[in-house]
Amino acid sequence: MRKLILALAIALFAPMAGAVQPDEVLDDPVLEARARELSKGLRCLVCRNENIDESNAELARDLRLFVRERLVAGDTDAQVLAAVVDSYGEFALLNPRATGANLLLWIAGPAMFLIALGVGGAFVLGRKRAAANAPEGLSDAEEARLKEILGP
Amino acid sequence: MITELGHFALILAFAVSIVQAIVPLVGAHMRWPAAMAVAEPAATAQFLLTLASFGALTYAFVVSDFSLVLVTQNSHTLKPMLYKISGVWGNHEGSLLLWVLILTLFGALAAWFGGGLPTTLRARVLAVQSAISVAFFAFLLFTSNPFLRMEVPPYDGQGLNPLLQDPGLAFHPPFLYVGYVGLSICFSFAVAALIEGRVDAAWGRWVRPWTLLSWLNLSVGIGLGSWWAYYELGWGGFWFWDPVENASFMPWLLAAALLHSAIVVEKREALKNWTILLAILAFGFSLIGTFIVRSGVITSVHAFTNDPTRGTFILAILAFFLGGALTLYAARANSMEAKGVFGVVSRESFLVLNNILLAVAALVVFVGTVWPLVAELLFDRKLSVGPPFFNLAFTPFFVLLALLLPIGAILPWKRAQLARASKGLRVAFALAVAMAALVWAMQSGRSAMGPLGLFLGTWLVAGAATDLLLRTGRGGWSSRLGRLGRLPRADWGKAIAHAGLGITIFGIAGLLAWEIEDIRVAQPGAPYEVGRWTVELVGVENARGPNYFAERATLNVRDGEALVATLHPETRNYPVAGMPTVEAGIANGFWRDIYLVVGEQQADGGWVVRTYIKPLANWIWTGAIIMALGGVLSLTDRRYRVAAGAQRAARNAVPAE
Repeated sequence: MRKLILALAIALFAPMAGAVQPDEVLDDPVLEARARELSKGLRCLVCRNENIDESNAELARDLRLFVRERLVAGDTDAQVLAAVVDSYGEFALLNPRATGANLLLWIAGPAMFLIALGVGGAFVLGRKRAAANAPEGLSDAEEARLKEILGP
Repeated sequence: MITELGHFALILAFAVSIVQAIVPLVGAHMRWPAAMAVAEPAATAQFLLTLASFGALTYAFVVSDFSLVLVTQNSHTLKPMLYKISGVWGNHEGSLLLWVLILTLFGALAAWFGGGLPTTLRARVLAVQSAISVAFFAFLLFTSNPFLRMEVPPYDGQGLNPLLQDPGLAFHPPFLYVGYVGLSICFSFAVAALIEGRVDAAWGRWVRPWTLLSWLNLSVGIGLGSWWAYYELGWGGFWFWDPVENASFMPWLLAAALLHSAIVVEKREALKNWTILLAILAFGFSLIGTFIVRSGVITSVHAFTNDPTRGTFILAILAFFLGGALTLYAARANSMEAKGVFGVVSRESFLVLNNILLAVAALVVFVGTVWPLVAELLFDRKLSVGPPFFNLAFTPFFVLLALLLPIGAILPWKRAQLARASKGLRVAFALAVAMAALVWAMQSGRSAMGPLGLFLGTWLVAGAATDLLLRTGRGGWSSRLGRLGRLPRADWGKAIAHAGLGITIFGIAGLLAWEIEDIRVAQPGAPYEVGRWTVELVGVENARGPNYFAERATLNVRDGEALVATLHPETRNYPVAGMPTVEAGIANGFWRDIYLVVGEQQADGGWVVRTYIKPLANWIWTGAIIMALGGVLSLTDRRYRVAAGAQRAARNAVPAE
């Protein structure tokens, strides 16, 4: 249903623009590849959940052109991203920065994994110990029941 | 008239569900057989009434009864019949009715096939299941009634969103809902077991088929959705880490974990606490998914409507069931003692690892999905969490899972030797390494994703084959092959599902690593090269469909001199909805898809043409279907068939007072 929004965006931002257009593509293939890579990490601000590389919205086109202008002007990738954040805010970054509270987001997975490994490991070792302590053979009650089943 | 009957049936079903939620529960507590016996006919009645109600709504859509608000807003007389019917669940109210229908269907199935369950457990399961129905009937009737009438019916409807007028999407929600809602039975079993205070091997055996059923439907549903996105969205993406996709992916991950931990409960009577918790969480995440899709709190492209009352209502349902079940869990879980003992290297411990990885992966998806909301509420930071985050944070866990899977699958229960297991897997490992090395050499220095993905894919598929072969024991090849055919279906199902995962990984790796893309203004009659193919725009003409106008391009794709395909990508315009859509022209192939999209005409008379070569694209969905097939095979195994399993289990069950 991604396309629904795409279509809404088209309806709102007519005329239809279509994702990356031939006239946007830079002559230098290395710069263009960097532009594409950066575009995939930037959010189209009017279309909820698309990156600007895929979006048809006019605003996304503006942002794509902006990224390319900065690249041609000699910016590094980090500088381009910083410039985008300056004008549009952190919201434009699809890859959230690992700063401040966002560290929680980035650490959540690995931390949870380590904790789970600890708990799981302790459980498995506990089972192993239980295995070592488990009485060999049958208990008295089981012995009696077995006799009963086997009959005289 | 039929509409009123449908509405009335729905209200009646609501009343029945209230009775079914209370009477059997009291009966089970007081040991009143008559009260417990209410559950079964009530479950059947609830289902039949909801079915009648759903039938009435479908009828209204089929005959285009525009006196209903819902039909007016979502249908149109010119729409093809298939989409009139799928329009029933192409909106919030109708899809919720479908959701409730499936909920009551599962309740009825549990009643019909639960003959072998202990009486009190069955009464409790059905009562808990019905409590969920009560909540959703109330939600439906009080906030999202599909049977509201128009005061003045219009002459024609507003039509269904053209993007939803597609076979892939028509059938994708029902599969997903069966998956989501199927987990409600596991939840009911878990809560009933907590109330009973008893979980044994038989419990694991009862829960497994239901988990399997929802998991395989989720696989099909997610696969269909992804396939639809691929061919319909116009650039061939297959997964976007959109909140709504995540909403279906989290239950899938947890259902997969539950599937594996329930095996440990059944075979080894260990991991009971954890399995109960998983069963609660898996359905909890289904509810969270519902909340995400229908509340509009988390902005998503899929979201139905942004209505605060509905969001609050679902949140209340979520809080009640998840909170209630977890409280019960906290009070009762300690009374369940683990019995099975096993060594550090054993299938049990690998299944523990499997569960850790799947659960942590689900958690990463969850945290990433809700983080924008949390960051805004607590830290006043308006930010996005998109695919780059998920790719980085999620993938390592899944890679680890795929690495460990074939080893865990062939390890024996209780105590195993790694050396012996690795001996069996030598061939599979060598194959996988050879494949990765070959690809690494051929592609010379491009992304490492391709070789890694092909390594994992080969490792999984060859590992699954090894698993089957090892099951045939020793002896000559002919006798082993004979035994291969006689292996239980569950063994085949397991191997096929694992191999399916490998095939999906193949597809994802191929698509991500070796896609070729070309964007240009193409002049009619001027061929150009993309990779080893030559593409030529022949022309563009106007065309019209049943309810749309289109610009239809014709392109020839050649490999050298040989014509590979003639494709017709379109841009469509649906006048009723006033929306343009893009239909890609796709030549499906075993090794690659050729994917063409035509955009606008340029001033110089040329057309914008996008050409994508997508290697192994179809393997992604084929893998999902194969995984689901493995599930079906397992489900039809004599030992696990719902009825057979339940009946036999009942005979074996010994009360552990």
